[in-house]
Amino acid sequence: MNKIIIVDYGMGNLRSVQKKFERIGISALISDNLNLIKQANKIVLPGVGHFANGVKNLKERGIWDILNQKVLIEKTPIIGICLGMQLMAKSSEEGDIEGLGWIDSQVVRFKVSDKIKYKIPHIGWNNLKIKKVNTFFNNIEPESLFYFVHSYHFVCNNLGDELTSTEYDYTFTSSILKENILGVQFHPEKSHDQGEILLKNFANH
Amino acid sequence: MLAKRIIPCLDIKNGRTVKGINFENIRDAGDPIELASFYASQGADELVFLDIIATFENRKTLANLVKKVAHEINIPFIVGGGISSIEDVSILLNAGADKISINSYAVRNPIQIEKLAGFFGSQCIVVAIDTKYIDDDWFVYLNGGRIRLPLKAFDWAKQAESAGAGEILLTSMNHDGTKKGFAMDITMQLSKNLSIPVIASGGGGCMKDFLDVFEKAEADAALAASIFHYKEIEIPALKKYLNENNVETRL
Repeated sequence: MNKIIIVDYGMGNLRSVQKKFERIGISALISDNLNLIKQANKIVLPGVGHFANGVKNLKERGIWDILNQKVLIEKTPIIGICLGMQLMAKSSEEGDIEGLGWIDSQVVRFKVSDKIKYKIPHIGWNNLKIKKVNTFFNNIEPESLFYFVHSYHFVCNNLGDELTSTEYDYTFTSSILKENILGVQFHPEKSHDQGEILLKNFANH
Repeated sequence: MLAKRIIPCLDIKNGRTVKGINFENIRDAGDPIELASFYASQGADELVFLDIIATFENRKTLANLVKKVAHEINIPFIVGGGISSIEDVSILLNAGADKISINSYAVRNPIQIEKLAGFFGSQCIVVAIDTKYIDDDWFVYLNGGRIRLPLKAFDWAKQAESAGAGEILLTSMNHDGTKKGFAMDITMQLSKNLSIPVIASGGGGCMKDFLDVFEKAEADAALAASIFHYKEIEIPALKKYLNENNVETRL
């Protein structure tokens, strides 16, 4: 039985993620209940907002240690979306606090060469270049665009962890994949049909 | 490469979509959820829902509508109209809006932009500016065009940007509803001087108008309402036309 838990740690609305799973016939539960999270066999870590607040909320609710146990020891598949992906890094320029550190990486603010030409936040639809073989992009047209809205981005110290890259003035890491850990900077739940296919591929993985 | 965005706007009154010309002569234009689903399937990149009455009772209707939209629609959407407190913003974001658009509230309390951006993040704070060209410059108007402020649109946009706005939604009241093209000069002035995206609104009547506002005025996104509601321009054809003319869109 597929038990997908969408972790509720007070960072943004999670219902649209849940509803998109529902639309593709997959039930996912939003919860901050530690026992339910412990029993999950797939975890979704969404989130919008400030990195330091995200870390603080995960710790205050006691979710932090459980996530480490589930992801690092039990190897439960997880998808981090937007801030949820960024929290998987070791640190971020957005707040002087350590992240989960599952991926050897940092989160940095966009440093564009021309602030008028490359406006920040990076808002809108952009394409992805797939960097390694995976099943998450099965049945998704290679030229598909995904919806982004962020001012900070991921920097992998080990390029082998990079799943896709995206161009915005320069090339940045737009998703990561390391063993059971998937993280996407874009919002699959807002990326029309191809975003739903990605969620479906994660659920069926 | 980041695609230029096409954004249909749904003006909402008592839970229905309506459209007026020059902010007046309002007529019914259909069910918002149906229209929103239709636009998402047609390739709209984002949607705007603007509550044009915004009374206290209406806020609940709006929050319920936002919930339904967040459930049914798999593209991002902005909600605006009559927002006048952090609580209003919080309710709409919790109901599932991706971004909220503030207008009079921001002008009257610029400090609130900073607070909202700090609290919810710049990415979800859109500052809407209604402007009219009069006495040789573009001035800010409030209350659907009834109140003129001694404040220039350009100065206000710069101020909103430094306070932490994530995007500017610029509506020219001279152009809105006329279908004679967007306000090129003020749109260009903002696009070329702001480091946040500018959504151009008001006046889009034919495909060439959209090409011009992207190519010449360098808008990041273009918004329109009636031409989409009444199918005078179909979004797939518009996006194809833009791509053929070297303006990248999401097809």
